[in-house]
Amino acid sequence: MDPRPRSFYILAAVFVLFLIFLYGPTLTIAILSFQGPQGGLTFPMRGVSLHWFSDLFEEQAVGDIWGSFRRSFALGLLVMVTTVVVSVMGGLAFRKRFAGSTVLFYLIVTSLVIPSILISLGVGLIFSQVGLKVHWATSGFGAQLTWTLPFGLLIMFAVFNRFDRAYEEAARDLGASPWQTVRHVVLPIIAPSLIGVALFGFTLSYDEFARTLLTAGSYNTLPLEIFGMTTNVTTPVIFALGTLTTVFSFAVIGVFFLVLWLSGRRRARQGTDAGKGMV
Amino acid sequence: MTPGAPAIPFRAGAPSSNETPAMTDQAIAKPAVRTRVSASRLGALSHHAAGWLLAAPLALVLAVFLVLPIVMIVIVSFWGATEFSIYPDFQWDNYRFLFGSDVTYRVFLNTFKYAAITWAFTLLIGFTVAYFLAFHVRTLGWQVALFLLCTIPFWTSNIIRMISWIPFLGRNGLANSTLISWGVIDEPLEWLLFSDFSVILAFVHLYTLFMVVPIFNTMMRIDRSLIEAASDAGASGWQTLWHVVIPLTKPGIMIGTIFVVTLVMGDFITVRFMSGSQSANVGRLISNDIGLLQYPSASATAVILLITVLMVIGILLRFVDIRKEL
Repeated sequence: MDPRPRSFYILAAVFVLFLIFLYGPTLTIAILSFQGPQGGLTFPMRGVSLHWFSDLFEEQAVGDIWGSFRRSFALGLLVMVTTVVVSVMGGLAFRKRFAGSTVLFYLIVTSLVIPSILISLGVGLIFSQVGLKVHWATSGFGAQLTWTLPFGLLIMFAVFNRFDRAYEEAARDLGASPWQTVRHVVLPIIAPSLIGVALFGFTLSYDEFARTLLTAGSYNTLPLEIFGMTTNVTTPVIFALGTLTTVFSFAVIGVFFLVLWLSGRRRARQGTDAGKGMV
Repeated sequence: MTPGAPAIPFRAGAPSSNETPAMTDQAIAKPAVRTRVSASRLGALSHHAAGWLLAAPLALVLAVFLVLPIVMIVIVSFWGATEFSIYPDFQWDNYRFLFGSDVTYRVFLNTFKYAAITWAFTLLIGFTVAYFLAFHVRTLGWQVALFLLCTIPFWTSNIIRMISWIPFLGRNGLANSTLISWGVIDEPLEWLLFSDFSVILAFVHLYTLFMVVPIFNTMMRIDRSLIEAASDAGASGWQTLWHVVIPLTKPGIMIGTIFVVTLVMGDFITVRFMSGSQSANVGRLISNDIGLLQYPSASATAVILLITVLMVIGILLRFVDIRKEL
């Protein structure tokens, strides 16, 4: 291999600085969440303890964070499943032009670029004028979908742009019905991307703030609860919460990548020897 | 591959092992597809119907939670409000008030200022990072690993990531105490936290990866022989960068720009939190009105904001065909 040019080392240094910039603050609050009981929001550390983590389990110190965590988790799963199903159907639909497909495409783009507060405000207004109560599982759920679906669909568009239709032609030639072709040929091929869509669906919902703000009703989701804490909590307990939920996010991301890796291995093992020249 | 065929779409994204055969197969399969589509009118209708059926859930969600809310906001922007309630009406008062107040112009100007500065920084950093990953990291495995390292924060909470700047930037924070101990300053800097500086810092922190991802994606599709050709023809590194890489990366830059500009222009929470409620942008104007239950005037501001954002997007979309870039 050629020796690396000087620009490589300069750019590598920039890249490392970027990573420090990206992760540094999160690491800082992770460290500070282990502050001793007398410690404050900044350095120096006054001892090391789990005091602020144990505070998280006391209702009066932090409010209903476990309830909000459960709601966020349930909502995340709900949004995830819906995003995967609707994105796959939408992706399949967009493989051929149909009347109205251009309008629908621009609606997807609009959904992505519209300021979140408009969704929050608009959905909130509709529910109040119709006389429905806003609730995280109805209005909040729908409002979050306007954020997760565009990402899911963009991934599906990218996937189907690269999809080799010869596989489907082959299935059809062998007498598969359209449904069988989708079920046994298309879906298995695009399965890894679906794990990606699911990851987007869950995490974007779990962390969503602006679109849920006016649509969650009287029961907060976790990001709303955390934001509420920023205005009235002035102890490291908020760092402890931040650390815990970031660790949780990392765990979720890790699980998705593990599933991706395992399914890749399973495919490699179960793959037939077709096309490998063995008779 | 024929020279007229689209040269790019198959490289980046999910790296497949059978790239070349897939491409030829596709090229062969195309005519067959075309004859099938132009079958009978009945067939055409049923193929529309299949499209509609598959797109129905998506259309339904977008109709109820995107189109209707926008319609509702437009309607309510003409309504009137008392201190406690809003009532249906058709009046231009909200808009007249909005355009009659110079706060509006200042706040819109401030919003554009945040968007422009954030855009410049995210583009510079995002381009550099993507360039490093795409052209200087040599194995695909490392490229994917380092790329993921850049994108993971996207899947964690923005609020937490904002909060995590406090111990850094605060009056007694890391930045100030370090600078004092180095003797650079005597007094803690007051403008580090709760200022325009911290707002923009947070924006850059949150949104740079929206630049990295599309730019990296476009760069990975650039045919490496073009770079070689440039250097064979005697171009210096900078000349290759300026005349070959940057023009070919434009679509990615445009998509990143769309993301960053719309996210910053539509934001209200970062500005509120990182400026300590001392600065305003349009999003905060709307959220303040919402806090005061002045939904009609919030709606009017929202309508103007939406029109502004869509106009900016409309201009940016003239430079890039999103559907082709996916």
